[in-house]
Amino acid sequence: MDMIENQPVYQPGSKAQYGYLNRRKFFKIFGGGLAVIFVSDDLLSMAADSPSVRIPEHQIGAWVHIGEDGVVSVFTGKTEVGQNIRTSLAQVVAEELRIPISSVNMIMADTDLVPTDFGTVGSRSTPQMGSQLRKAAAAAREEMIRMAAQRLEATPGSLVAEGGFITNPLTRNKLSYGNLTGGKKLLITISDEVKITPVSQRMLSGTSVPKVNIKSFLTGKHKYVSDMKVEGMVYGKILRPSAYRSELIDADTSAAKSIAGVTVVQEGNFVGLTARDPWTAAKAIKVIHANWKTPPQKSRTDLFGHLKDTADAGRASGKQGDIDRGLAEADFQHQANYHVDYIAHVPLEPRAAIASWEQGKLTVFTGTQRPFGVRDTLAAMFKIPKEMVRVIVPDTGSAYGGKHSAEAAEEAARLSKAVGKPVKIVWTREEEFTWAYFRPAGFIEINSGVKKDGTITAWDFHNYNSGPAAIATPYAVANQQNIFHVADTPLKQGSYRGLASTANVFARESHMADLARILKMDQLEFRLRNLTEQRFKTVLETAAKGFGWTTREKLPGRGFGIATGFDKGGYVACCAEVEVVNSQVKIHHITEAFECGAIVNPAHLHSQIIGSIVQGLGGALFEAVDFAGGKILNPSLSVYRVPRFSDLPEIEVIMLDMKDLPSAGAGEAPIIGVAPAIRNAIMDACGVALRNMPLIPGGSVT
Amino acid sequence: MVLMINGTAQKVNAAPDSDLLTVLREELDLTGTKYGCGEAVCGACMVLIDGAASPSCIIRINSLEGKKIETIEGLGKEDELHKVQEAFIKADPFQCSYCASGMIIATVGLLRNTPNPTDDQIIEFMNRNVCRCGTYAGIIKAIRLAASIK
Repeated sequence: MDMIENQPVYQPGSKAQYGYLNRRKFFKIFGGGLAVIFVSDDLLSMAADSPSVRIPEHQIGAWVHIGEDGVVSVFTGKTEVGQNIRTSLAQVVAEELRIPISSVNMIMADTDLVPTDFGTVGSRSTPQMGSQLRKAAAAAREEMIRMAAQRLEATPGSLVAEGGFITNPLTRNKLSYGNLTGGKKLLITISDEVKITPVSQRMLSGTSVPKVNIKSFLTGKHKYVSDMKVEGMVYGKILRPSAYRSELIDADTSAAKSIAGVTVVQEGNFVGLTARDPWTAAKAIKVIHANWKTPPQKSRTDLFGHLKDTADAGRASGKQGDIDRGLAEADFQHQANYHVDYIAHVPLEPRAAIASWEQGKLTVFTGTQRPFGVRDTLAAMFKIPKEMVRVIVPDTGSAYGGKHSAEAAEEAARLSKAVGKPVKIVWTREEEFTWAYFRPAGFIEINSGVKKDGTITAWDFHNYNSGPAAIATPYAVANQQNIFHVADTPLKQGSYRGLASTANVFARESHMADLARILKMDQLEFRLRNLTEQRFKTVLETAAKGFGWTTREKLPGRGFGIATGFDKGGYVACCAEVEVVNSQVKIHHITEAFECGAIVNPAHLHSQIIGSIVQGLGGALFEAVDFAGGKILNPSLSVYRVPRFSDLPEIEVIMLDMKDLPSAGAGEAPIIGVAPAIRNAIMDACGVALRNMPLIPGGSVT
Repeated sequence: MVLMINGTAQKVNAAPDSDLLTVLREELDLTGTKYGCGEAVCGACMVLIDGAASPSCIIRINSLEGKKIETIEGLGKEDELHKVQEAFIKADPFQCSYCASGMIIATVGLLRNTPNPTDDQIIEFMNRNVCRCGTYAGIIKAIRLAASIK
């Protein structure tokens, strides 16, 4: 621990004021007290050398502040999009400070108040932010014990932190946190070397604390951005092109302009308007008559050939041996191609933003997973310094990787600047389906060779467009290459829960099932034989045992499938039971085992896993974005089918709690095994080896 | 025109052919009722109309004269929750919770006519409501729990 007490972290007079932690400003905003800041190790050694080192803001992960009133506040750039991170982060802080979870004030995702953060992406919130906040909170506790020891004339070791007090259990003397931090302006920097509560003594982490602000959600009181109103606000609408990549030829806005209260804003291709109420805005945008020039574009029917045709030479992961030699050594060779369609995130709350300008500073409320990314985008767009943009993200109506971008924020800010009033934009479902971005489509080729005894001798894997995550096979293969090829994507694509690993694991585990079938070997045995990593074997064996792989009764028409995978620190194995009658498929049961290190909140982890499985069912079975000529052909929930109550199979989740391993995120990996497990179960039931995701868009095997 | 909302007669200025959802949210600031799809297939906008769970996004207010409208805000307050809300707190099923109001309203509508629903009845009735976070299993548990509270 390193302490910078009453030493200016920021040197007055320095030009580089922005971008560095300004200690005076910090305490001016937050009041006195004790603040613990988590910084990188490198920086800490610099701070140790010089008492006046400036801490670049991007090096600060998180801070915990204990105010003079004893209020514990956590400042983090993470966003709450339904993964219940507000709760699980509060849990670790409450634990280390020995206070009830309700006493932790979580300040999240406000770029003027919280440390810079790269975003709530890639299942990093729990492993990184959870660990940093735990250490910051533990350091705050130890510092208060140190201060109390001086005041109570006791040794630090004789004191305990409990319920907001530092107490001497023998004398019953105690001092409240507020009493200890009152009148102080202490800034402590810490890095990894902080003693945290040992796993065996944790009382709060690992328990199912309910969502911290649950009542506000269940009474309709919580304000999502789409619910918010600000003083003087008007409603914005954007004129959408008739197709992607369209150029505006001309727009007749006269009818819209003649409607009372409507202001039309036109800047090149951008045409938008504002009105005093949403009905007028919607009506006015409809009466703008525009002509667009649209270039020819690829359709869904051309998609997979196009991805292959436009691919680059690629980048290899886990390349070893000689593929040709491996194929020559094999008793059986197997070549197959797999297709994965684009799918849409369909967050139930569509994109929304409220933007306002005051004295050159832009403030935007918007639902995004990357508040600082959106801030930077807006700053660049308006050519203003980053500190002249403030982005605030209230708890948001889900994202699933689909809200990394700033579209609604950009539109609202642009209109607000033009009309000089706060502007609110809420996308319609059709806009969300059309003008956001999609999970990438993918084309995958696998050429493999296997020996009669089940040894895989060759594995040549090519993924076109869907991404490199989890592309390397976890199975031991002497001769292998796994190559990701960048290709031209006809649709705008971006992040999604386990976007690339879903495609890679689908293709790999489907192919593995084909190989086991060729060998007439049991699916589980074939996988175990080729796996070396123990965590993989454990999760696979756990799922198989829970499902009853060898003992489960198989009724006529039914089939069992198994699949395993790894992504972002999480190991997953999935077993499925399906029934195929007259080509109609029914999913009866899914058992999924998941292991992501130590579990922080079992109930919320369970919920994340179930959610991933259910969302995974959509992409596995029927979700696909249909498009032609630069238009989305199924941009509504009545046409684009998402999983519903009636799609829910019996689901058994088995969570492996590896208390001594660091906690990984769980928002993504649990989705990846669903599609191949079902695909393999369908093959077991009726012999058909499906190779496309979605597997059964019309509900039946064709 | 005048609408009976959560037990109070409310005068609204919106045009008579306006959809109820937008009137609730924008004119009356009852934003607990959500927009999800605009075509009555997701259930986020459900309210009770004379006790029946109904999608407010496609209902015109001129069809509602004399009818009793209940929204999530009228169901219970934080210190005095409806038994269905209590059950959803205990079961804690939600993730982003954007679908919560619609799910709770639908559950109230279900239990009104079917106080002890079977799982099949729950699934059939609730199938109009979408939870994109996929928390259906937890919601079913919450509904079972709500049905058990008398």
